[in-house]
Amino acid sequence: MSVVIGFLFMAAVYLMLSKSLIRIIIGTGLLSHGAHLLLLTMGGLGGISPPVVADGVSVSDYADPLPQALILTAIVISFAVTSFFLVLAYRSYQELGTDNMDLLRGTEDHE
Amino acid sequence: MSNLLLFPIIIPLFFATVLMIFPKRLKLQRFLAATGAAATLIAALVLLAKVNAEGVQAVTLGSWPAPFGISMVSDPLSALLVVTTSIITLFVVFYSFPTIGVKREQSFYYPAVLFLMVGVNGAFTTGDIFNLFVFVEVLLMASYTLIVHGGEKPQLRESIKYLLVNIISSALFVAAVAFLYSVTGTLNMADLAVKIPQIEETGILTVIAVMFLVVFGFKAAIFPLYFWLPGSYYSPPVPILALFGALLTKVGVYAIMRTYTLFFTMNITFTHELLGIIAILTILAGCVGALAYFDVKKIIIYNIIIAVGVILFGIAQLNQPGVDGSIFYLLHDMLIKAALFFLVGIVAVLFGTTDLRKMGGLIKTYPFLGWTYLVAAFGLAGIPPLSGFPGKLLIVQGGFEGPQFWGSIVILATSLIVLLSAVRIFIYAFWGEPVETVPLKKSVFNQMFIPTVILVAITVVFGVGAELFMPFISGAGEVLLNPSIYIDAVLKE
Repeated sequence: MSVVIGFLFMAAVYLMLSKSLIRIIIGTGLLSHGAHLLLLTMGGLGGISPPVVADGVSVSDYADPLPQALILTAIVISFAVTSFFLVLAYRSYQELGTDNMDLLRGTEDHE
Repeated sequence: MSNLLLFPIIIPLFFATVLMIFPKRLKLQRFLAATGAAATLIAALVLLAKVNAEGVQAVTLGSWPAPFGISMVSDPLSALLVVTTSIITLFVVFYSFPTIGVKREQSFYYPAVLFLMVGVNGAFTTGDIFNLFVFVEVLLMASYTLIVHGGEKPQLRESIKYLLVNIISSALFVAAVAFLYSVTGTLNMADLAVKIPQIEETGILTVIAVMFLVVFGFKAAIFPLYFWLPGSYYSPPVPILALFGALLTKVGVYAIMRTYTLFFTMNITFTHELLGIIAILTILAGCVGALAYFDVKKIIIYNIIIAVGVILFGIAQLNQPGVDGSIFYLLHDMLIKAALFFLVGIVAVLFGTTDLRKMGGLIKTYPFLGWTYLVAAFGLAGIPPLSGFPGKLLIVQGGFEGPQFWGSIVILATSLIVLLSAVRIFIYAFWGEPVETVPLKKSVFNQMFIPTVILVAITVVFGVGAELFMPFISGAGEVLLNPSIYIDAVLKE
């Protein structure tokens, strides 16, 4: 699991360092996936019983439900932000005519 | 158990939701937005009075016992910040009427402002570290809307960068929360404050503390993570800029204040010294920017960065004068930054440019505006008896009592630079050869100027009557320095 998370973070950083806006957006998506998986892993994996207190079920039998609730929240938020980012990218491509970050520097020569 | 502390969050949420139904009804939009902000202010004032009279208020949602449910906590610090936020939002709404433009007003501008208020008030009130993340996302989402609102080319260009920086810092926030959870097994701040001292491995907690410093540092714009701020804040119109400059970075500052006094206190010699050094570097970096530009907006934007450094330096000292000073300076800075942005906004409208070199001689045509600006500029630099002075005095005193006395010397020296940068605007814009100004209707000018004057007057009262406000400030400082008060209030519910 840690290897997958590390790979996701690595791929995200690589994509976010590129010039094309759409690659950057995919990179941010991967970055938040990595963070969510990290949250899941840190809560502790393992256990097959449903997290309901019953006879004969001890705490070690089920996975911690709290990180799953947290991830759900985080996924919804990152979904909203990613869709906003995509719309913003499309709109700025229409207005500014480019998706190359080099041309979006905003110094005095590029208005 | 009191639900009162939820009102400053729910009222703007309710009004914002209602406002989204009829975006084109201009008068109703303005009226309801102002009513919503005013109602929030009243709720916040009642809350402050209650917190002051009865001590820290806490409510755990869903009636779960404290470490399991989501706690909302209102201690004197967060109540004061909620009041200040509500004041600023109310004035920003008033200032927006003449400045923001009908087209923006009719496309969900006021709901976005109120949603921002929801996020900021929520972040100040929450007592759960993951809930803090959620409220930060709420306010960021509103701020994304506001920064791109209107869709001008520079706005689109800068909002991409703003969005990217914040997405990265949010992902790091989730990662930092994950690590903290795996080490401590809890996310309730009061419970964290109980659990963390019991853990013997302080090394890993120090790493997590620094990770949180990076996460909040992105929001608070500390050195070296402030790089995104000048560009992004420069592009939106002045009322939005005032709202961002006064509120957004302060959420990051508040989060650092809270976490670094409540539970990340296991390795003070490392984390707080690091915080102190970063604070000083932040001040120096801000000073370079404040002097380098000839643009009124840029100068004030760099002054935000300086103020963040000053506040964090006081917190890093972790002694009573330092923390009291930080709280005082934080409140002062929120008010004065909003006032200054309003003032430079008026100046920029009058000249039709933000470039200082194309301005001059405004004192002849608008003398009252000039003197108001001078008062605000002196307040910013901390000339007694104005509001910047008591806070800075206490922070400097805290620095001399702590190990980092050299930091206090830097703060004193940079006060002069702050004064220079603010007075430079006065000299260029108000003195010198009169430059032709854009003709402006008297009524429009007054609509912009009256909220500004009132806000400046509030900062003057806050400074002159510092003695009056000190009990509130030292009450807030006491809770920060004695986490047991906070912990008891939450866990004994």
